[in-house]
Amino acid sequence: MPITYTSGEQVEVYRFSIPVTIGVPLLALFLQAFIPLRFPRFAVYVDLPLLVTIFFAMARRNPISGLLTGAVIGLAQDMLGRNPIGIYGIAKTVVGYGASSLGVKLDVENPGARLLVTLGFYLVHSAVYFTVARGLVNMTVPWSWSHGILAGLANAILGVVLYFVLDKFKQRT
Amino acid sequence: MESVLGRYRNLVILVGVLFLQVLGLAMQVKRGTNAGQDTRLIRVWAVGAVTPFERTLVWFQNGASDIWHNYFYLRGVRAENRQLKDQIEQMRLEQVRLSEDAAQAHRLQSLLAFKEQYVSKTVAAQVIGSSGMDSSRVIYLDKGEHAGIKRDMAVITADGIVGKVLLVYPTVSEVLLINDITSGVGVLLGNSRLQGVIAGTSNGEVTLNGVMSDEQVPVGEAVLTSGGDQIFPKGLPVGTVSKVGLGKDLFLSIKIKPAADLSKLEEVLVLAEKQERQAVADDKVHVRAADILAQRLPSVPDKPAADPNAQAGTAGTAKPGSTPVSGSAKPPATASAAAKPTGAAAPPQTAKTSVPATRQPSATVTTTAKPAGTTPDAAETAKTTPKPKTADNATADTKPVAIQLDPATTRPKPQAPPPVQPDSPPPDPNSPQ
Repeated sequence: MPITYTSGEQVEVYRFSIPVTIGVPLLALFLQAFIPLRFPRFAVYVDLPLLVTIFFAMARRNPISGLLTGAVIGLAQDMLGRNPIGIYGIAKTVVGYGASSLGVKLDVENPGARLLVTLGFYLVHSAVYFTVARGLVNMTVPWSWSHGILAGLANAILGVVLYFVLDKFKQRT
Repeated sequence: MESVLGRYRNLVILVGVLFLQVLGLAMQVKRGTNAGQDTRLIRVWAVGAVTPFERTLVWFQNGASDIWHNYFYLRGVRAENRQLKDQIEQMRLEQVRLSEDAAQAHRLQSLLAFKEQYVSKTVAAQVIGSSGMDSSRVIYLDKGEHAGIKRDMAVITADGIVGKVLLVYPTVSEVLLINDITSGVGVLLGNSRLQGVIAGTSNGEVTLNGVMSDEQVPVGEAVLTSGGDQIFPKGLPVGTVSKVGLGKDLFLSIKIKPAADLSKLEEVLVLAEKQERQAVADDKVHVRAADILAQRLPSVPDKPAADPNAQAGTAGTAKPGSTPVSGSAKPPATASAAAKPTGAAAPPQTAKTSVPATRQPSATVTTTAKPAGTTPDAAETAKTTPKPKTADNATADTKPVAIQLDPATTRPKPQAPPPVQPDSPPPDPNSPQ
């Protein structure tokens, strides 16, 4: 089913229980930190907190809650690393806002749309991260289109599967 | 306004959240500069945001002030000009005296192998702002890293020291004033030479610490930098003692009135380069006015060179056993002038003269002068022989002093005798040779 332009009344707005709202992002952060211990390439290609951010933002379809979700998850991800706190926060805030804004206007329930949206937002996330890290923090961050697209595809495929699982926790408003 | 905020509520919140995070990042990130310092990014931004306005304001203020003072308000300028000219004349006289004193001091320092700090480069800068807080007495200058300013450079005015450079930005620098509570400058008192450290107080005064209570410190005594802090060169005026009282722990409580008006700073100088080198005496001895006059006055003409024996005992020549030639026989002019290849028919023989150094009474200079035609370079380095210590000169430690001698003005003796011992008794013409 193609991406369709819908009115605000036509799209479904979902909410999540508090355990899911807190537990899923925490689990994503934990897995993001834990899995690379066994599979070092995992952190290079997959960003689970980003997928969770996109999912919650699109499902809630509220830009404010979307950007706040992105900010909180991003800041938490920053705290796990040694880089200045806020780089991931800024990037995921932008993604959360964008994904929820997109969710208001487009039907992003089908796997194809989700694949494209996730790929697009992965690139947006990478671009914002690169800009902030290079321009603001003076970090040495390489930019590679091939890596970006490859990792974007990997995240998009994983995202489609993950969103399918997380759809089970949706509650209709 | 409310409708706009309501309409773009989501966007406003997004910008707000992003702004907070960027602010948080800026508080963490330190930006290194070429000046070798790490400054928090938020401080760089704050200075960058504020100083352009201050700079513009100062520019307008100066422009208006210049137009008023230079084009309209010229009353009394002629009279002031006359006064200044008179003052210049007096200062010129004073300068001659001081330059003589300075030259003498340099010679003495070179004898004692003193090392001095010289200010070799300064950067003039304008004060464009301040911290605006009583708790932090800092000012901002309109010159920064691009102008060669670095951290810990000394900042002064013509009146006295101001402070030191605390932080350097590309086009702006931050100066910690000497009356800030965190500042410290090594100083000494002008007359008593007592050393101490000045620091600021919370109310902006300057106090001198570290002087014992049994010392006598008069009000009004000058305070100079001691050079011990490695920031300010020695001898810069700091201020004067304004109040002396008993302090804590057997130390005096001394208040200093800064020489520079720290509350009305406009232009300052940043000491960009200091050099430490050993004091070197000026090779050319200054000709005294009396010597020049003596040369111009009619005097007994020199005897013709055809009678070389007649020259013995006069300036520039010496006989074994003769006394050193005194200044009255033109030795200063002879010793002071640099040798020039004049080729003025000086005989090709070597002449050895023994004259006392005019500026160093205890040193006797023996020069070996060659005529211009004998060597490519007519300037000959004089060899010196220290004067033996006697009761008269035993207090002064003599060192060889190089003096260049003008062969044209030196009257050589065809067959030069060995140098004269300066303290040998005067020759007796009747005594057997």
